[in-house]
Amino acid sequence: MHKDYWRANLKILIILLSIWFLVSFGFGIIFSDFLDQYKIGGFKLGFWFAQQGSIYLFVVLIFIYVHLMNKLDKKYKDHNDEEDKY
Amino acid sequence: MDTQSLTYLFVGLSFALYIGIAIWSRAQSTNDFYIAGKGVNPVANGMATAADWMSAASFISMAGLIAFLGKDGSVYLMGWTGGYVLLALLLAPYLRKFGQYTVPDFIGTRYYSNAARLVAVICLIFVSFTYVAGQMRGVGIVFSRFLEVDINLGVVIGMCIVFFYAVLGGMKGITYTQVAQYCVLIFAYLVPAIFISILVTGNPVPQLGFGDTLVDSSTYLLDKLDQVTTDLGFNAYTENSKSKIDIFCITAALMFGTAGLPHVIVRFFTVPKVSDARKSAGYALIFIAILYSTAPAVSAFARINFIDSVQNVEYQSSPEWFQNWEDIGLIAWKDKNEDGLIQYSAGDALEGTKPKFVEGEGKNGERLVSNAANQANNNEVYIDRDIMVLANPEIAQLPGWVIALVAAGALAAALSTAAGLLLVISASVSHDLLKKTFMPKITDKQELLYARCSAAVAILVAGLFGIYPPGFVAQVVAFAFGLAASTIFPALFLGIFYKRLNMQGAIAGMLSGLIFTSSYIIYFKFINIEFNYAQHWFLGISPEGIGFIGMMINIVIALAVSSFYSKPPEHVYEMVDNIRRP
Repeated sequence: MHKDYWRANLKILIILLSIWFLVSFGFGIIFSDFLDQYKIGGFKLGFWFAQQGSIYLFVVLIFIYVHLMNKLDKKYKDHNDEEDKY
Repeated sequence: MDTQSLTYLFVGLSFALYIGIAIWSRAQSTNDFYIAGKGVNPVANGMATAADWMSAASFISMAGLIAFLGKDGSVYLMGWTGGYVLLALLLAPYLRKFGQYTVPDFIGTRYYSNAARLVAVICLIFVSFTYVAGQMRGVGIVFSRFLEVDINLGVVIGMCIVFFYAVLGGMKGITYTQVAQYCVLIFAYLVPAIFISILVTGNPVPQLGFGDTLVDSSTYLLDKLDQVTTDLGFNAYTENSKSKIDIFCITAALMFGTAGLPHVIVRFFTVPKVSDARKSAGYALIFIAILYSTAPAVSAFARINFIDSVQNVEYQSSPEWFQNWEDIGLIAWKDKNEDGLIQYSAGDALEGTKPKFVEGEGKNGERLVSNAANQANNNEVYIDRDIMVLANPEIAQLPGWVIALVAAGALAAALSTAAGLLLVISASVSHDLLKKTFMPKITDKQELLYARCSAAVAILVAGLFGIYPPGFVAQVVAFAFGLAASTIFPALFLGIFYKRLNMQGAIAGMLSGLIFTSSYIIYFKFINIEFNYAQHWFLGISPEGIGFIGMMINIVIALAVSSFYSKPPEHVYEMVDNIRRP
């Protein structure tokens, strides 16, 4: 049971951290100059990701993680009540 | 009331509030003192974490730095927020599940070794003191500029306040004062930002105003800024001037460093449940993001306002703030072409960058400096980047109460961070060094007394740093993050995610990260300062970004050494299994 929980947990981590990497290091740094040719309002897109967008997406990522983990906890909680003494 | 009395009023009221909270939330046991009895609500903990995290550097210096760095300044914005994603996903819930008091506690138990615990304590104390020194300088600047008291007296007042609530209240007292301090500091940051955003762009939301058009014009603010900066010979505001690899590594070092900072991690030990630790990290980042998404807007407004209000203005009719900051030595002007007008452009105005003021006045009444004019450019203005946020309301001619509010906010930011750092220092001394290593027989009561004593000593040392600021404060910030990234973060991360890692591997990893990173930084920042530019750097990575490489080295060495020695004992496997469980 714990193996499954841990595996599901790792899957969530890998997906969310890939997005984390993409929006900050990807859009904000590596592809930033390329994205700068597009504009939203007065912002060049790459510049916006580097100074605004990445921060907002970080917040969103943590709350998605909280939500997914709470769901996962609930699913596995019933099976190991007796071990949850901490 | 004038600005000065308003400032006294605001600062006095906020200090009274902090002391009141400290009396109300005294610590009764070590459990209260170290981790606030694990009874902190996750939202309150989020706010306290945000105040703990946002230091004098975030409040006072960051927007000013970004104003001058432009897009390169994004490293701070992404680095100091992105680390929370790592913290929330990779560390906080597991360390909370582990359920002990300090970060070295985890390292000592996971690697079943007091040597590992000691290495962690050394890194922790070094990182934390580096940081505290910066806070005390912030307190000094605010006191001397806004309250016109001597810097030393300002530091002593700050020390007394922190002493009162940290020694008395421990983590419990600190947590609730930090909640109050967060409210003060965020209000103080947003009010001027909103005012200035309306003045410059007509948009009341700074985050949007920053991408909006200027009042009475159809030109976008950022386009105007690009044009003005390039006209004056600077790099265009929205373009990078550093190399990609350097920006990448600095951002990564700041992110992993943030996730490895002990005073932030320990905040997640104070919540009741593991799921609360995750939630709390989310709230912390929301509260931090409010300031961090406003900061780059403040930077852009400040840069354009600064240029508008001084460029080609006669010194004698220059704005009052220009001369006020010149009085305390953070602005200097040298009339190179002797036309009596202020000219600002790219490059250092003075030989040796920092002004050395001498007695006497120049032809226009300016303070004289002994530095020779730097003839390589036409720039006549030296400006310390730290003043941008503090001077911003004055530059934009906002009312006196806003200026007073900013002073109270800056103090809240500096004091909250200082208190959090002093607490981890005292906990690592009384708990990790005394209780767990040298004096295991002491009772809880005695340990609490030692914790209070070491907090008091730590405050005295921090105060001395404020009164006699070591000249290297600015240089050692790279150190704090570099070391946290290259020593503490990998030890925690591997400890949770790689069961096979044994004592030998972890210690070898931490030591190699520590030695590599610190020798690189010491070489370029202290020994061969004249070589500190891109051609000489390893792969073009600056000392600020080298912590990321140090972290890679730590991980590789740890895994390699680990494979030569036997597996960790069975109880360690059980412990790791246990922290991985829901």
